[in-house]
Amino acid sequence: MVPPAMDLTFTERDEAFRKEVREFVASAMPPEMKQKAADYGHFSMPEIMEWHKILAKKGWVAPHWPEAAGGPGFDATQRFIFSEEMELAGAPPLSPFGLVMVGPLIIRFGTDEQKQRFLPKILSGEEVWCQGYSEPGAGSDLASLRTSAEDAGDHFVVNGQKTWTTYAQYADWIFCLVRTSNEGKKQAGISFLLIPIDAPGVEVKPMQTLGHTPAFCDTFFDNVKVPKENLLGPLNGGWTLAKALLGHERTLVAAVGQCRRTIRLAKHIAAETQGADGKPLLDDPRWRDRIARLELRLRAHQMTNYRSLAEQQKGKHPGPETSILKLVGSELVQAADELCMELMGLNSLSWFNDEGVVPAFEQWVPSTFCYDRATTIYAGSNEIQKNIIAKMILGLPSK
Amino acid sequence: MDFDLSEEQQMLAKTVRDWARKESTVERFRKVRDADGLGFDPKVWAQMGELGWLAMPFPESVGGFGGSFVDAGLALEELGKMLVPEPYLASVALAGRALLRAGDAAQHERFLTPMLEGQTTLALAYAERDARFDPAHVRTEAKAAGDGWTLSGEKIFVLNGHAADHLLVSAVLDGELALFVVEGGAEGLTRETLRFIDGHRGARLRFENTPAAARLTAMDTAEVLQRAMHDGAAAAAAEGLGVLQAMLGITTEYLKTREQFGVKIGSFQALQHRAVEMFVEVELMRSMAIEAMVRADEDGPERAAAIAAAKMQLGVGGAFVSRQAIQLHGGIGVTDEADIGLFFKRHHALMTLFGDVEHHVGAYADTLAAE
Ligand SMILES: Cc1cc2nc3c(=O)[nH]c(=O)nc-3n(C[C@H](O)[C@H](O)[C@H](O)COP(=O)(O)OP(=O)(O)OC[C@H]3O[C@@H](n4cnc5c(N)ncnc54)[C@H](O)[C@@H]3O)c2cc1C
Repeated sequence: MVPPAMDLTFTERDEAFRKEVREFVASAMPPEMKQKAADYGHFSMPEIMEWHKILAKKGWVAPHWPEAAGGPGFDATQRFIFSEEMELAGAPPLSPFGLVMVGPLIIRFGTDEQKQRFLPKILSGEEVWCQGYSEPGAGSDLASLRTSAEDAGDHFVVNGQKTWTTYAQYADWIFCLVRTSNEGKKQAGISFLLIPIDAPGVEVKPMQTLGHTPAFCDTFFDNVKVPKENLLGPLNGGWTLAKALLGHERTLVAAVGQCRRTIRLAKHIAAETQGADGKPLLDDPRWRDRIARLELRLRAHQMTNYRSLAEQQKGKHPGPETSILKLVGSELVQAADELCMELMGLNSLSWFNDEGVVPAFEQWVPSTFCYDRATTIYAGSNEIQKNIIAKMILGLPSK
Repeated sequence: MDFDLSEEQQMLAKTVRDWARKESTVERFRKVRDADGLGFDPKVWAQMGELGWLAMPFPESVGGFGGSFVDAGLALEELGKMLVPEPYLASVALAGRALLRAGDAAQHERFLTPMLEGQTTLALAYAERDARFDPAHVRTEAKAAGDGWTLSGEKIFVLNGHAADHLLVSAVLDGELALFVVEGGAEGLTRETLRFIDGHRGARLRFENTPAAARLTAMDTAEVLQRAMHDGAAAAAAEGLGVLQAMLGITTEYLKTREQFGVKIGSFQALQHRAVEMFVEVELMRSMAIEAMVRADEDGPERAAAIAAAKMQLGVGGAFVSRQAIQLHGGIGVTDEADIGLFFKRHHALMTLFGDVEHHVGAYADTLAAE
C-alpha cells in the first residue's frame, strides 16, 4: 500500500531547474559535440575534458560536492535531474576518478593543505585522475593487494603493479591502495596514496579492450618516491577510505541515464530499420514488446534509484542496497546494448568501417556492446554484489 | 535413432582437430586478423583442398567425395574451436551447396570443381539493405545484354565477397528472381572490403552494368536462396557448437587456475552452477547442431523447425555461454589480449547470420496451430 505522505512528483522548482539545465546544455555544447551526441558517437578523453572545462566554468562540474569545496549547492533531487539531463543530451560522460571518487575523499579525509593542493585542479580539469586499485592478483579480493609503499623517512618508496587502470594514459595523478603493513588482517595494512603519474619509476602501458578502445592500462611502479604528504587519511587506514568511496559511486553504478539513452537509441534504430515487410521494426509488435519490456524494467530500476536518493536526501548513508542498483543497472545496460545489436541485424556485424556502411548512429554500437560486458565486472562484480546482499541484507550464514 | 558417428566421421573430426591444433591455432587467427590482406591464407585453403575437406560433402559427379553435409558440420565444429579463418562456411556450406543445386554440369565443372580442389573460393552475394533476413528481398537488377546479362545494384556484408574468385549473385530479371555467377575481377564490379566484428573480412559489392559469366537455372532461385539460408544457419550452428565448446573449456580451465580469496574461484558454488548452466546449453547446442545438419537436405516443415530451434539455441543458450564466459574471466575477459573475447565476437556473428533469434522464432511462431 502506498503511504499517504509519499510524493512521487518533482516540485515546480525541480522542473524549473530541469529547464535551466536543458537550456544551458543546448547553448553551451559545441556544435561538433552536439552532432556526435545526436549520432550516439564515442567521446575521446580530450573531448571529455573539453566538456569538463565548460561545466567547470559554469560552476556545475561537481554537483555532489559541498558548496564550500566548490560544488554548486544542488540538493539530491537536483543532482539527479542534472545527471539525467546530461546523459539524455548525450553530453560526454565526465571522468569520474577525480570528481566522483578521489575528490569527495579528499574533502572528507584530506588535510587543509591537501584540499587546497588538489581540489581546485580537479574542478578546473587541469589535473586528470585515475584509479589504481586492482592488481593482477587482487581483483574481487582487493584486500590481498601487494603493491607496497615502504617508509623511507620523509617519503614512501612504492613498488608493484596496478592493472585495468582506466585511462591512466591521460592522467596526471593516480590514487592507489598500497600495502604499508603486513601485520594483522589484510585490510588493516592498506593505505591510500596519491601519486603523480610523471614521477620517475611510474610506467603506463595502455591495452586494447574488447571494444577496440585503448580504455585501460597496466601501471607499473619501480622504486617510485612519494612524499609523505601524499598520504590521504591515516597510515594503514586506506580500507576505510576505499569503503567510503563505494557509497559515492552509487549514482555511477546505477547508470540510469546510460540505460535510458541506450533504450532511446534502440527505439531510434527500430524506427530507422526496415523489416522484411518494408515497415519500420518499431511498427512490429514483436519488437515493440521487446523494447517495452526493457522500458518497464527501467522504470522499476529508476523508482528504486529514486527511493535510494530520497533516503540520502534525509541524510542517511548509502548502505548495501547500492548493490541492488549496481546489479540491475549493469544488466539493463547490457540488455539494451544487446537489443540495439539485434535490431541492427546484419549491420551489427560492422566493425569500424568507413562512413556510410552503417548509419552514423549505429557506428559505435558493436564496440559498445563488447565493451559493456565490463559493466557487470567493474565497480565490484555482480557476483560480489550478490555476496554482499546475501550477507549484509539477507543475513544468510557464511560457510 | 542413432546419434553415433561412423568410424570415418570420427576419423575426419580427429584429423581436422589435430590439424588445427598444429597448423591453425587461435594465435594464427589473431595474426591473420591483425595483418593487412584477405583475413585468411590461400595457401591454407589449397591445403584444405588437398586434404579433401572441401570436396568431402559433394557428390562424386562434381569432383566431390560423396560425403554428407554432416561431414562438413563436423569439420566446421573443429574449425570453430580454433577460430580457423578460412572461408569454409562461406565457400563450401553456403555458396558451394547453392551452386551444386542451381548449376548444370558444365557450370559445376567450371565454377565448383576448382573450389573443391582448393584453387578458388566462392561467395554467395544475397544480402541487401533493408532486406532484414529475407533473401527474396532483392533490388539488384539483371538485364539481358547481347547473349548474356549485366547486373546493377548493391550487396552488403557478403561473406568472402572481398576475395571470392566467383560470386553467386541474386538479382531480379524481368520481374523474377534469378541467380548469376560474376567473376571476381569483372568489369563494373567494385568490391569494398569490410571489417566484421569477429575479425573476419567481407565486402560490400557494387555492380554497375557488370557482366555475368553465367546464369544458374537448375532450381528455382527463391528455393535455392531459401535452402542456402538453411544451409548457412545449420553451418553456423555447427561452427557455433565448436566456438561454444571452446569457450566452456577455456572458462572451466580458468576457474580451476585463477585464485581469489586464497582459493580457486572455481570452488565458489555460484560459479560452479554458472559453469554447469553453460555446459547444459552447450549440450542443447550439440543436439540442435546435429539435427540441423541432418535435416538440411530434407524437404518439408521439419527442416525449418530444426533450423529455427538450432538458431534459437545459438542465439539464446549460446549467448548465455558466450557472455558468461567473459563474465567469469573478470577484467581480463574484456581485453583484446585474451582469446575468450575472440570467441565471443565470432559467436555474435554466427548467431546473427542467416537469421537471428527473432527472425527464426517469428517464422516458427507463424506456423503454430492448436493440436
Ligand atoms: C573496463 C574495466 C575498467 C576497469 N577500470 C578500473 C580502474 O580504473 N581501476 C581499478 O583499480 N580497477 C579497474 N577495473 C578492475 C575491476 O575492478 C576488476 O576487474 C574487478 O574488481 C574484478 O576483478 P578481476 O578482474 O581480478 O576478476 P576476479 O576477481 O578474478 O573474478 C573473476 C570471476 O570470479 C568471480 N568471483 C570472484 N570472487 C568471487 C566470489 N567470492 N564469489 C563468487 N564469484 C566470485 C568474479 O565475479 C568474476 O566473475 C576495471 C575493470 C574493467 C573490466
